[in-house]
Amino acid sequence: MTIQTSAETPYTVQQHKGGRKPRLTRNRLLLYAVVLLLCTLFGFPLFWTLMSSFKTPAEMFAFPPPLFPDVPQWENYVRAVTMDRVQTVRWFANSAFVVSLATLGTVISASLVAYSFARFEYRGRDTLFFITLATMMLPAQVTLIPQFVLFFKLGWINTLKPLWVPFWFGGGGFAIFLMRQFFLSLPKELDEAALIDGANYFRIFWSILLPLCKPILATLAIITVIATWGDFLGPLIYLNSPAKFTISIGLHFFNGAPEVGGEPMQHLLMAVCILSMLPVIIIFFLGQRFFVQGIVMSGIKG
Amino acid sequence: MTVADGSIEQTINNRPTLLARVVGTKTQYQMSRALWGYLFALPWILGLIVFWGGPILASLYYSFTEYGVTGSPTFTGLANFTRAFTSDDLFWSSLGRTFTFAIVFVPVAISGALVLAILLNQKLKGTNIYRTIFFVPHLLPAVAIAVVWSFLLAPKLGPVNDFLRNIGIDNPPAWLSSRDSALWSVIMINVWAAMGGNTMLIFLAGLQGVPRELYEASEIDGASGWTKFRHVTLPLISPTIFFNVVLGIITSLKVFTTAFVTTQGGPSYATWFFALHIYNEAFKYFRLGYGSALAWVLAIILIIFTFIQISYSRRWVHYEGG
Repeated sequence: MTIQTSAETPYTVQQHKGGRKPRLTRNRLLLYAVVLLLCTLFGFPLFWTLMSSFKTPAEMFAFPPPLFPDVPQWENYVRAVTMDRVQTVRWFANSAFVVSLATLGTVISASLVAYSFARFEYRGRDTLFFITLATMMLPAQVTLIPQFVLFFKLGWINTLKPLWVPFWFGGGGFAIFLMRQFFLSLPKELDEAALIDGANYFRIFWSILLPLCKPILATLAIITVIATWGDFLGPLIYLNSPAKFTISIGLHFFNGAPEVGGEPMQHLLMAVCILSMLPVIIIFFLGQRFFVQGIVMSGIKG
Repeated sequence: MTVADGSIEQTINNRPTLLARVVGTKTQYQMSRALWGYLFALPWILGLIVFWGGPILASLYYSFTEYGVTGSPTFTGLANFTRAFTSDDLFWSSLGRTFTFAIVFVPVAISGALVLAILLNQKLKGTNIYRTIFFVPHLLPAVAIAVVWSFLLAPKLGPVNDFLRNIGIDNPPAWLSSRDSALWSVIMINVWAAMGGNTMLIFLAGLQGVPRELYEASEIDGASGWTKFRHVTLPLISPTIFFNVVLGIITSLKVFTTAFVTTQGGPSYATWFFALHIYNEAFKYFRLGYGSALAWVLAIILIIFTFIQISYSRRWVHYEGG
């Protein structure tokens, strides 16, 4: 399967392709019923959270639980971002900082390394590439403890550095693999023509090949943003003061003690939950074409 | 490099230098290219040494030591492993629990993903909307999912039990709060989050990649819907299934966040998975040596699993064109 075909098939489900329009039989009605039931199962948790984020504390604890708030409490969201102990804005800023630097590092360094794997010949290259693939199989737990020791000795505990610096060293096996596959699909004649015109290798990479990689770079960026935004184990291990928290660990912290001075805050917890989901949902909708295509490409070729 | 086909001069120019021999090249041009290649790969070579190779060796060493983060490691031989296998009450039980999770989660999530993909491939109206609804849970931060579900599954005030009581089930389960149902609840939450995710999209692409001619040919032969699925679709997407089973097992052996956030491993250790055990030993009690030993046990299990799957897969995975 080439990149071109896999890129267009998954996301544009052509309706009624081949001229034969499916008739609405009893079987098809049954299919619709099943699909709608599944949509309810998959959509309800989010719908319920959204509704709860507009409830009053009394409604959160009412029995039986009401589905809708009586009067939507818009000020829940104002309170959710202005509370003292729960520093939602700070956590968002920390997450945004970590995610941007990690994504930038992944995109730049993974494409450099992939360029090397796809275009140059040198001793040890294939072994290096095999090791790259093998790192994807190894459980993170094995490297977690020594990495913790390393960052402890560097004095990086309770800073955001352990969460983004490693991404500047190649961005990980998956990123390199994805980019390498894409570089291999670009014609070598491009490089050769530029070389004859006197361009050096870095210039070929930067001005000729990278502009052609825009779709796959977008894919890689979106995948990295979503993975790093939701990362929990890293922040859990490295961060210990609330001012340094990212949104994931902050949410966990809030969830652990949702009542401040006896005042129930569960409705605000729901609002923070919704806020923590928003960035990834927005990014997914803006870039879903690239995102889906990247997953499918890596999956089929894997 | 013989003299026969060129002048002496050329031969001298082309004689590989020591550096060229080290990087495995013959001509000046090849050597310069090789050096550029190393240069571009440098970030990753450093990364592999600092964040992978070094840590792997270090953790192997730590696993034979007793090490709290402030002191230095003291060598204790096989003591950590002996302790794990013989005197750690939570070792076997957490390992067993993790396997139960994998054995239930992998088949349910993967066959569920296949069912969803097949439904999305039926050319129903509004397919794009259904696909998005199925997919979104997969994007959400794992902590947010865990928090949301702990509210949904609250025994008294949660909407799930409210619904169950409304349809006449008077004693609905206590879900995450009871030791009998907590493990199943965690599995259910993970299935919910994973079923419509990458796996489903990859299956969908696989289904759409099955050539129409194959279906048409089998229809002419009088194949029923099931026969077509069993003998055309399934063999053609078997590499995809295989890939997802391997990934699914690796993911489930690392299951952590859902249980950590919803139950902290409880009630009475009912959701104390192996990854939680490692986390608690290493980062709560700072027994880094023992934690490393546990991590290596997990790594070795994973490596064995992957090898078994790869060698066994030749029997049932069908690769197009060899």
